[in-house]
Amino acid sequence: MAGLAVPSWDPQTALLIGAILFEAIVLYVGYGGLERVVGPRLMDLLVGGEAGAE
Amino acid sequence: MLSSLDVFGSSPELMALFVGFGLVVGVLFGFFGMGGSFLVTPALLMMGYDASVAVGSGMAFVFGTAVIATLKHHDLGQVDYKLGAIMIAGTTIGIEVGRASVYYLEELGLAGGVISVAYVVLLGGIGAMVTREAMKGDGGGGVDHEAADKDLSEYEIPEVAKKIQRTVRIPPMVTLRGDVRVSAWVITAVAFTTGLLSGFLGVGGGFIRMPAMIYAIGVPVPVAVGTDLFEIVFSGGIGSYLYGQGGGVDLAIVAPLLFGSALGARIGSAATAVVDSDGIKIYFGGMLLAGAVAVGIGEVGSYLGNELLETAGLVLVIGSAVVVAGAIVYTTVASLRATRRRQTPAAD
Repeated sequence: MAGLAVPSWDPQTALLIGAILFEAIVLYVGYGGLERVVGPRLMDLLVGGEAGAE
Repeated sequence: MLSSLDVFGSSPELMALFVGFGLVVGVLFGFFGMGGSFLVTPALLMMGYDASVAVGSGMAFVFGTAVIATLKHHDLGQVDYKLGAIMIAGTTIGIEVGRASVYYLEELGLAGGVISVAYVVLLGGIGAMVTREAMKGDGGGGVDHEAADKDLSEYEIPEVAKKIQRTVRIPPMVTLRGDVRVSAWVITAVAFTTGLLSGFLGVGGGFIRMPAMIYAIGVPVPVAVGTDLFEIVFSGGIGSYLYGQGGGVDLAIVAPLLFGSALGARIGSAATAVVDSDGIKIYFGGMLLAGAVAVGIGEVGSYLGNELLETAGLVLVIGSAVVVAGAIVYTTVASLRATRRRQTPAAD
């Protein structure tokens, strides 16, 4: 295993990875909420419109 | 005006491209349960990013995607934390060896070429396997969504896994969810090998690890899916951190990709409830094969200094993903409309 790097504490990199983690959690919660609010109306728009015309 | 929108040092057009590509990749990931980064890293390589940035940012993207998917699977109770812990230990060492190999090859000036060739072999091999299984009609490749809904006790352990469990009985033995008893060394070997590929190619490794967990360890499909995602959060996080220390993680690439893929994954996941994935798996296999050809074309173009060939490779890899994701969305909407039409006269 000689020559392999050992992870050392680097605040800047930790912040970078933390930002990605934070974005992922925000997106999970945000899109989840959006799906509940907009989802049914969007489905009606995509599916219901043509069915009504038939 | 546009220049004022330059965030993270990236142009709005490039960010829009990444959001769109993320959306496409997300649809594929949500629908097939795999297919995330092994399109992202080659695309970044073909766009001219350094190998370490392409692999590091691909890995950071996988990390973000896995966090989102794990949150969902945690709620469903499909994570074996004991298995996950052993996998994390083996994968961490494997990733480190793979990552060190990338930097070593980069010093020799061979990283881009070797990684591209490895992708051609890997994408070609898996693409051919998925296409062959899909043509046989037994639905190979990706996540079996119906199996994932079954009770753990109903799941049958594959013969290969039973044989490994009987043959390799080196202590310590561990008992996993679904009453699976297996040597910790088998788990470690699977973890190290897949970690090595993760670190070398910047992929989550789920498309290798999941079949390995099912066929080599004998874990029930839903546990394999959930534990794999839990493990990717750690391996992807550590890998991203290590690449980040070397300046290999570009937030201007990862943030918009994740923004698009989180939405795409919801669309793809919802589509699995409507569309039979077996019918589309053949296109997925075709897409992987097209990806392999694209990376090959791009590499030849790069070798010959032919920009047209490099662009053709990039268009092919993105185009094939767009076509398959489009087919999923189109088939889903068409199926829903057909169902609604059948229901409407009945209601009348």
